[in-house]
Amino acid sequence: MTLDNKGADHGMFGTHGTGDTSGYGGLVHIAAGAGSSQRPFGGYFDQVADDLERAYPDFNDAIERVVVDRNELTLHIKRERLVEVARTLRDKLKFEMCMGVSGVHYPTDAGRELHAVYPLLSITNNQRIRLEVSVSDSDPHIPSLVEVWAGNNWHERETFDMFGIIFDGHPGLTRILMPDDWQGHPQRKDYDLGGIAVEYKGATTPPPSERRSYK
Amino acid sequence: MATRRPRMGLEDKLPSGIVLTSVEKLAGYMRKNSLWPATFGLACCAIEMMAAGAGRYDLARFGMEVFRASPRQADLMIVAGRVTNKMAPVLRQIYDQMAAPKWVLAMGACASSGGMFNNYAVVQGVDHVVPVDIYLPGCPPRPEMLMDAILKLHESINDEKLGPNRERVIKEVEAAAMAAKPTHQLNGLLA
Repeated sequence: MTLDNKGADHGMFGTHGTGDTSGYGGLVHIAAGAGSSQRPFGGYFDQVADDLERAYPDFNDAIERVVVDRNELTLHIKRERLVEVARTLRDKLKFEMCMGVSGVHYPTDAGRELHAVYPLLSITNNQRIRLEVSVSDSDPHIPSLVEVWAGNNWHERETFDMFGIIFDGHPGLTRILMPDDWQGHPQRKDYDLGGIAVEYKGATTPPPSERRSYK
Repeated sequence: MATRRPRMGLEDKLPSGIVLTSVEKLAGYMRKNSLWPATFGLACCAIEMMAAGAGRYDLARFGMEVFRASPRQADLMIVAGRVTNKMAPVLRQIYDQMAAPKWVLAMGACASSGGMFNNYAVVQGVDHVVPVDIYLPGCPPRPEMLMDAILKLHESINDEKLGPNRERVIKEVEAAAMAAKPTHQLNGLLA
């Protein structure tokens, strides 16, 4: 597998320039790059890719890249093709279940800050794959998959609530966890954690968001 | 404590004296022995609260094992868990629906002060929303601690004053609070 290494990240909790007392200072995070995996993918992944190419002729145009990492297959899909590909996967490849939609925020990945991740399960064939769609912060629109998998309704509302991804065509895209009049989307990396300073017997502990530079 | 509770009925109209003192004693005894908790389990503290009500810890010994699902039939609200900003108006509405006289027990660190959840989503202590009669520390407190808090609340209900006596107690409590050293000047061992 070839991945472009966009630079490794060191340590944890943003403890730079001080003694490392956490024991996490030696951690090295290697960011997954923009590369695509080469065949053979291994396991049933080749079969799934072949079947999808056969069932969906525009495969190469719709799928930006195919990534196999840690024995898991991820298809990165252009957002305007998402519904067609999802319908094909459901009807032709027997991926009956979508386990939901997760959001991911990569604030440094310019133009692709917000990702939506859909884990799929085929009960018939006992197979699992994953779909991923990325959009920019300035245009966070992704077509809704509620018409394909109705169970995605509340999952999409949650991802909208937490990340601000707007799912076009959703039957009622409102906040599900936070109060209706809430400002902002709490799971974004740049969202302030809030909290208040705590005072106890003369000592003051600042609010969590000011204690360290959380990453 | 007991400063912001709504006024009650005829007993508040009695003149100060031996009659009022006797009524106080009788009312306190009756009230403390007939406390009906409302279910307000919000998080892990609720598990301990349920355990306290079940057979092993047996809150039935103190006559209050039945948690009422309707606030109309309850006079003790045990806030068991962290209260989010979204839950706060609901909690206040339940409290308002309870018939007076009523008491609030803030169970655990989260209900008392926000606990470990010092962030944008959680109310930093349920006393921002409703008047709290007794704070129970612990994360979560064990059923024995909840029972101890309830028994201490029983004691304070037993000693509760009415009418002119009550107004006098309120004035005393307020004067003591005004004279006390503010918490931000308490230095403890850091002085």
